[in-house]
Amino acid sequence: MNLAEGVQIVSFGLLAAMMLGAALGVVLLSNVVYSAFLLAGAFISAAGLYLLLNADFVAMAQVLVYVGAVNVLIIFAIMLVNKREDFTPIPQAWIRKTATAVVCAGLFALLSTMVLATPWAISTDATVPSGSMVVIGKHFFTDFLLPFELASVLLLMALIGAIVLARREFLPDLEEADLQQTMLTLPERPRELTPAGSNPGSHSK
Amino acid sequence: MDQGIDLQQTFIQSLMDLGLPAGAAKTVWMPLPMLLMIIGATVGVLVSVWLERKISAAVQQRVGPEFIGPLGVLAPVADGLKLIFKEDTVPAKADPLLFTLGPVIVVIPVFLSYLIVPFGQNLIVTNVGMGVFVWIALSSVVPIGLLMSGYASNNKYALLGGLRAAAQSISYEIPLALAVMAIVLMSNSLSTIDIVNQQSGYGILGWNIWRQPIGFVIFWIAALAECERIPFDLPEAEEELVAGYQTEYSGMKFALFYLGSYVNLVLSALMVAVLYLGGWELPIPTALIANWLGVGETNAWLEIVGASLGITMTLLKAYFLVFTAILLRWTVPRVRIDQLLDLGWKFLLPISLVNLLVTAALKIAFPGAFGG
Repeated sequence: MNLAEGVQIVSFGLLAAMMLGAALGVVLLSNVVYSAFLLAGAFISAAGLYLLLNADFVAMAQVLVYVGAVNVLIIFAIMLVNKREDFTPIPQAWIRKTATAVVCAGLFALLSTMVLATPWAISTDATVPSGSMVVIGKHFFTDFLLPFELASVLLLMALIGAIVLARREFLPDLEEADLQQTMLTLPERPRELTPAGSNPGSHSK
Repeated sequence: MDQGIDLQQTFIQSLMDLGLPAGAAKTVWMPLPMLLMIIGATVGVLVSVWLERKISAAVQQRVGPEFIGPLGVLAPVADGLKLIFKEDTVPAKADPLLFTLGPVIVVIPVFLSYLIVPFGQNLIVTNVGMGVFVWIALSSVVPIGLLMSGYASNNKYALLGGLRAAAQSISYEIPLALAVMAIVLMSNSLSTIDIVNQQSGYGILGWNIWRQPIGFVIFWIAALAECERIPFDLPEAEEELVAGYQTEYSGMKFALFYLGSYVNLVLSALMVAVLYLGGWELPIPTALIANWLGVGETNAWLEIVGASLGITMTLLKAYFLVFTAILLRWTVPRVRIDQLLDLGWKFLLPISLVNLLVTAALKIAFPGAFGG
């Protein structure tokens, strides 16, 4: 075993420990803000594991998408609605807990049998393959074209949905009586529209 | 492309000649460029703090720091010393763990990004294939640290500042990434070395700024917004938020934020120099100079002079951009939060999408000029 392999094994151990610790923290801690920050730790450890597997593009995309976007969004949402509430004990909570434990154990058993049963083709090539992005791009436009296009359509739908939600035109005179006719629009309270640059007060200093 | 001087190979070879095994020699080499880069980044911060003081003074017709060293060059060192000896306080109702972790998470990704800044063909910590993508991915981690310190301070101004910082950096990351994507499209690679090599050969005429003028403007605006400089320093707007997420910080923890913001500014300027201004290339092609001097391009002396000139060129370009950023800071007023978000989402994002589309079309139409 040479130095590089030793470093790889040690970093794998560290990353795995970090990942397990962070994931357990996400589930077990009662403070939801800690859970959200630990989720970022779990994502970063996963990115490190991808790096060890020579998947550099996937690792960086993991950091960019999951840590930089998804997790920031989660923390954002938590902080905007941050009310510290103590959990009230629910009667017969053990039923839920047992059901959760059964589902989790079943999922774990299913995944472990899958991992053990699959004949993994382990690469013995010592050199680091370069240009993983080129390979991924080629796959996207040949044999994985349909999933790729479907994912882009899904993202487009989400984008349009977000714009529709954010740009709701509202009618100030609309009262509850009119709500029956507009079943599919969301009720909202009137607000003043002040486009940027048209506010005379901010320029008259 | 000639390989130029390869310090790593020479260093490892000389250690192996002394009797060390190859693995150990490489291990001895590895921390050296990293340490050098960290020291370089810190010195870069000291220089830009001094520049900020001097230029702001000149803008306001003052003298600026004058007596601490010649021309006041030791003023930033004195600042640093003062911050080191300040008492490190944690507010009583704050969350001490997250309060300490916040500035650390802000600073580490910024320093890590120096991995991919090239100063020459082989003068780079590591030429990873992902290149600029590493920088974009790492800079997206920073808002988590800002949110963390904003939350942990247990102060409503700090929380608002943290939320604003996160919203701002998410909004401006998209036009930034799209502007980089247009460059990547032209150079067929994410590696910073390949991006600079693609601009070489024609001197100043080959630089990407002529082929990507819109991309250059978008990139610099978005980079300034990511650095939270005036006119985009809303997260720490004094009149509204005291000091934003830094309100409760003092001593070394505050120094980390301060350091991080200036390191980020220098880093952004370096990235503009690499992506748009030809990196370490001289305004006149090196081959032409070699021709004039009547020596071969692989002449040892020419290579040493060329490497040092390359480092100087990169730094000169970067510090010219730092100078424009400082001048901007002391010239323009701060924008409002709605204007900031309007600029990002309704102006820069569509423009950068169109820029990307036009670049792709031009690449197909003129593969010679736009990197086929």
